[in-house]
Formats: sequence, structure tokens, C-alpha cells
Amino acid sequence: MGEIILTMKGIDKSFPGVHALDHVNLEIRKGEVLALMGENGAGKSTLMKVLTGIYKKDSGTITYEGKEVEFENPRAAQDAGVVIVHQELNMLSHLTVAQNIFIGREIMNGKMIDDAKMNEESIKLFQKLNIEIDPTEMMGNLTVGKQQMCEIAKAISHDAKVIVFDEPSAALTEAEIEELFKIIRDLKKKGLGIVYISHRMDEIKVITDRVTVMRDGTYVGTLITKDCTKDDIINMMVGRVIYEDPKAASTVPKDAPIVLKVEHLNAGKMVRDVSFELRKGEILGFSGLMGAGRTETARALFGADPKESGDIYINGKKVEIKDPMDAVKNGIGYLSEDRKRFGIVVGKSVAENTTMAALQNFMKGLFINKKKEDQVSWDYVKSLKTKTPTVETEVVNLSGGNQQKVVIAKWLTRDCDILIFDEPTRGIDVGAKSEIYTLMNELVAQGKSIIMISSEMTEILRMSDRIVVMCEGRKTGELDISEATQENIMHMATQRK
Amino acid sequence: MAGKVKNAGSRTTNPLVEKIGGQRLVVLLVIITLFSFFSIKSEAFRQYSTILSILDYSYYITFMAIGVTFALITGGNDLSIGTGMVCYGLIGGFLITKMGMPVGVGLVVTLLCGILMGVLNGTLVAIMEIPPFIATLCTMMIARGLGSIVTGSMSITWPPLATEQGWFRSIFKITIGDTKYPLGFLWVIILIIIMTIVLNKTRPGRYIIAIGSNKEATRLSGVNVVKWHMLAYIICGLFTGFAGIAYAATFQAVAPGTGAGLELDAICGAIIGGTSMKGGAGSIVGTLLGVFVMSMLKTGLPYIGLQANWQQIITGIVLIVAVLIDVIRTKKSGK
Repeated sequence: MGEIILTMKGIDKSFPGVHALDHVNLEIRKGEVLALMGENGAGKSTLMKVLTGIYKKDSGTITYEGKEVEFENPRAAQDAGVVIVHQELNMLSHLTVAQNIFIGREIMNGKMIDDAKMNEESIKLFQKLNIEIDPTEMMGNLTVGKQQMCEIAKAISHDAKVIVFDEPSAALTEAEIEELFKIIRDLKKKGLGIVYISHRMDEIKVITDRVTVMRDGTYVGTLITKDCTKDDIINMMVGRVIYEDPKAASTVPKDAPIVLKVEHLNAGKMVRDVSFELRKGEILGFSGLMGAGRTETARALFGADPKESGDIYINGKKVEIKDPMDAVKNGIGYLSEDRKRFGIVVGKSVAENTTMAALQNFMKGLFINKKKEDQVSWDYVKSLKTKTPTVETEVVNLSGGNQQKVVIAKWLTRDCDILIFDEPTRGIDVGAKSEIYTLMNELVAQGKSIIMISSEMTEILRMSDRIVVMCEGRKTGELDISEATQENIMHMATQRK
Repeated sequence: MAGKVKNAGSRTTNPLVEKIGGQRLVVLLVIITLFSFFSIKSEAFRQYSTILSILDYSYYITFMAIGVTFALITGGNDLSIGTGMVCYGLIGGFLITKMGMPVGVGLVVTLLCGILMGVLNGTLVAIMEIPPFIATLCTMMIARGLGSIVTGSMSITWPPLATEQGWFRSIFKITIGDTKYPLGFLWVIILIIIMTIVLNKTRPGRYIIAIGSNKEATRLSGVNVVKWHMLAYIICGLFTGFAGIAYAATFQAVAPGTGAGLELDAICGAIIGGTSMKGGAGSIVGTLLGVFVMSMLKTGLPYIGLQANWQQIITGIVLIVAVLIDVIRTKKSGK
């Protein structure tokens, strides 16, 4: 076990109305990867913001390399060797890789910026990480994975001794995650202290040495990763057992009618000749790696993006879907993977979002029947167990899981029979996740049909009745849940046609 | 947990203030303060005729401002309203004075011109997806040129009050006995009420706000965003038509080539009144109050010896403050 490099002890932080951190402890050791886990809102990010000087702590001590410290701002923390690699990358896409890495501390040659020298230095950094990126490439032309590598290179260029990774894998493909892990192991070997924040249990098991769990702003405890199970960690996070086994067999009768049939759908490079069927009361899982074209397929089907060719049949009848209006008229609802951009109007109330797709049913003559709108919205708040004080509350104030419920309410208000859930639990904490699952199961029990796009294998195996696997814009396989395993799905997901 | 999130996001404001709208309350106080200040400083300002003239000069700006509020709420803008207003006034007046048509026809044509321009702007912005600033900058120039061409670069004098055809001037300022009454203010109030209801209680209003808040999410909800986006510009055009009538009724003559810059007064008014330049938020009452701040400054400052140049500077400062409030508010709610 490595020597302790950084200790946070009794850290306390309050915001008006919220006790965000309640005497939290954290210990980072050299040559070790520490997982920091907890549901959304548990206080992980706040703790890291206190560490790097974005927030001032109310009380408690931070000891770094044997001395008590309090960083004034992220810059001071960086200079001392404590850096964060953020989940959302702070990259300037129109500058080169090297220019990004050295932004704010450009290498000068007299009064002029020395680009050549910065390129050289960047290459040296990349060599340290054993990765190959052209420092003169525009940042915007890199994949998300490569951009993250650049962010890491930037971090180590500060002579970092402690690196915090804030959900680094969220946007990465499996291959990129592997590469990231290789780098993290390298950094670990070099004696750096690493904090790894993630919701992905599988990764925690693979990459971390210890797990510190937080819940509701408090420190719950620390476990040795190899000595504990996923359930141990989840139990500490939520205080209850929720981990469920995969679905054993399809719950859809063999003779259930086909509600949606898609034939030879083509849209751009990402959707090539995709055909599938959806039965009444079925959850059809769409699995695949990032960039497999699943979201693009859903968007083309929904009319959100133009399609080149392909036929869509609803309840056996051929329909024309040119734009989302047509799709909604045909009873299709789309729950986007990017809720804030495509799913909800964050600045508007729960009620306004709930009726967005079906406002015509809430009219009294020329006017919106506010009473009915509030009543229906409140009914959904109750039946979906959305946590919101009122229906007038702006959705920006709700947590991810509750925002997702508002989007579900929107499509239920429109009485859609076919719902496309694109990454239904992305950014949603474990507790709310199982609520969303229960809800989806209730919906199909009521006779709705669901297409579920998911990048989480456990989610696919737990929820789907049937699974369509895509790779690089093509459908590469279809499995009944009874025959699906992680291995055969992954095999199809990497099978280029 | 949701409760916590809520607490963290909400501001500690009085619920009543929240309901009326903090900024509108502030603007109202500013108006009262300005009015009191000018009244104390200058005896001439305290006259009924001054109030009348403040109102006179506010009508056309108010109408433009109500219209442009809709464009602003979609997250867009309409720069064509200033020269457009003059252009429609010229065309309407041309039909009356040069073509010998009845005043009623002139008024209707003035409105129709506004609506047509709204359709054009809406087509450019909502269908062709040209950035609103550019699209309406172009139509602003088109309107200016068109007015001059139609009238052969001549000023148009709409019929004066004394003539038989001059009845339309009484729409805004009616003389009963020896007293003049600002009848126009009544129309303003009525239109304010109607448009407030349209914005807050009807589908077009709801969708126009939604488009300004998040156009893509609105589109993906199956809403016909092109139609409602376009409607915002048509409403703007219609109200510019109203403004054209008010302008013709207030001033002796309408001169071609003028009007540029007036759109900025209207946009300033809307923004001072709390309409967000980013779209998604705004109120018609706020716009009215904002316009009053502008006209109060315009009319009041000369009375305390500050001429037009000073008025420009002070208006500029007021606008910066108003926008700052918006920026700070957006930052707070963005957290």
C-alpha cells in the first residue's frame, strides 16, 4: 500500500439550504487508484471542487504532501500538482492539440508564440503516455476518446501528483476505455495518486484499488476493491439491495401483433439498410458500441433527421414519416439520450413540459385550460412518483431521474403507443434508475411497446425481451433474451459487415 | 433528494415579487422615480401637455416594441421594424394623398404591408434558417428603399386633423370640448392585455416561448415549429403596421429614408422590460414599462437642460444595466 499523499479530513460545506458536505474524509495514496462513488447528488463533485479550490470549505483540513493546504483556485491547485480531468472536456475545437495543451501558458519565443516548440513538447507528453496524436491536428477533428487523452496529457504537463478523473468513460467506446485504463495503470506505476469517479461498476472493479463511498453529502466508508462485490458497493451507496439479475425469458407472447415494422432504412453513413420489427408489449433492446448508429436509426425513424429510403409500417399500415410531427401523429414518442438539449425545455415548468406534445387536447376554445393542464400533470407526477414540489416548478430544478419522468409524462399525455427510450438512465442515479425500469415494465404491461437504446450491457440484459445489435450503421444481429449473453452481444457489436 | 436540488437552484425571493416579476417592479420604480425627478426639477414638465406628449411619442414605439418582443422571445430579432414602419406609413399615405383612396383603405394597406413583411421575415428566418439578425437587416434596407421608390422620394403628408380625411388622427388623440385626451393609450392598454393573453394563455404563445427556450426539444415534441416561429414574425409585422398608423397620426409628415434607429428604441424598450435576448422569456407589460422609461428620458431630459446627445448616453447606460440584470439572472438560473 502506497504512502499517503493527500488527506481530506472532516470537510464541511454548506450552501444556502443544503448541507452539501458533512464532515467528509478522503485519503489518496501514491500509486493507487481510488474510486469515489455515490449517487448523483451524493457530494462527489462538490468534494472535488473543494479540493481544487473552486469552492471554499467551511471547516476541515486538507493535508497534501505532509503540509496543510488550501488552494485559492484551480490554477493554484494545478501548480501544486492537483488536477481534474473533467467529464465535459474543456477543449477549443478550432485550435490545434498543442495549442490546447499549452493554453494560458504558451511557450514564447520573445514576443511571439513558439508553436514549433509547443508541438515538440506535446509529442514528448504523448510519448510519456504511450499514445500517438498529431499535435498539429485541430482538436475538433479528434474523437472524444483522443480529446480526453489530450486532457490527460495536459494534466501531466502540470507535473501532476494527484489526478482526479470525473466520469472519464461516459463518452468513450470500449476500445477507448481500454486505452484509458492502460494510461491510468501507467500513471499509477509512476506513483501518482488517482481518484476515479464513475457510475460504472464494472470499471470500478477493473481499475481501482479502493472504493470510497459517499451518500447524501456524508462519508459512508472505504472498501478494498478486490475484497468486495458490486452489491457491497451498491448497498453502501443506496442503503438497499437493488441489483437484479438479467431477464431470463421474453415476457411477450409469441403471437403478439407487430406494431412497428421498419424495412431497409437508410440515412447517411450511420444508418445502412436497417430492418426490424417491434411487437406489442415488447421491449426491444438496441445494443452496440458508441457510434454504432443506434441513435441515428431512432432519429431517422422518428423523422428528426432526414432519411434516404426505407419503409415504415405501423400496425401493418405503411406510413410516411417526414418529420417529428408525423411520428407523433402515428403514436411514436422519442426520449432523447440528451435530455437537456432534445428532451425537455429546462426553463419551463413541469406542467408546460408535460403537455408540450399534446397541447391541442388542453384547449378551451382559444385558451389553454390551465386547470386541466395542472391536473393532468399532477396526476402524472403522482403516478410516476416524480419528485417535484409543484407542477409549476421549472424542470431545471429537478434531478436527472425526475426530468426523465417528465419526458415520459409528456409522451404518455400524448398517448403514444411506441416509445423510443434512448439511453433511458444516462446520468441518472442508481435509485432512480430502478424506478425508471419499473416504469418501463409497467408501460409494456399496459400494452405499450418500447425500443430501448442502451450502452449499458446490464441494462440491455435486464430489460430487453429481444435485442438488436448494431455495428457501424448496420444491424449485425438479433437475439432473443433467452439466448443473449454479454459475450455474444459483444461479438455482434464488433462484427463489421 | 429532489427537494435538495430544488433548494439549491431557487433564489430567495419574495413569492409576490417573483410573481409580478422582479425586473418589472424595478422598471416601474424607475419610471416613478424619473417622473418625480423631472417634475420636481422642472415646472414645465409637470404640465398635462407634457404627459400628453410623452404618450404621443410612445405609441409607435410601443407598438413596435410589442411586436418585436415576440421576435425576441423566439431567440431572434427584427431590425426591419423601424424603416418598415415608415415604409408602410408612406405606402398607405401615398394611396390616400396621391391616389385619392379613402383613409380606411390606407390604414388597411399599412397593416397589410406590415403583415407581408412579417411573412417575408418569417420565411427567411423560420423556413430558410437565415440568422434573424442578418435576415432582418436585409429587409430593413429593402423597406427603406421601397418606401422611397413608391413615393418617388417625396415626403407624404397624411391628411391633417382639420380636414375631412383627418379623422384617423383622433384615434390616438381625441379632442372633446377644449381638452385633448390620449385615446391612443386606451388602445395600447387593450392591445397589451390581448397580447399578454396570447403570449401566456394560448397555443401560439406557449409554442413561441418554447421555441425560444429550446427549439429542438420543441420540434422533437412534434410541434410545428416552422409555423409558430413564422407566426412570431407575422405578429411583429402586424404590430409594425399599427406603429406605422400611429406614426402617421402623430407626425405631420412621413419622410422616406427615415426610421432607421427607431427599431433600436423598441428593442431597447423590450429588453429594459425584461425580455431576454437569448429568447424564451419576456413579457408584454414589461415591454410597455420599458418603452415608458425610454420615452420618459426622451421627453424629460430636455426639461432639465440635457439635450438629445445626453439622452442617447443615458439610454445607453440604462440599457447596459437592464442587460446586466438579464445576464446575472441567466447565470444564476444556469447553475
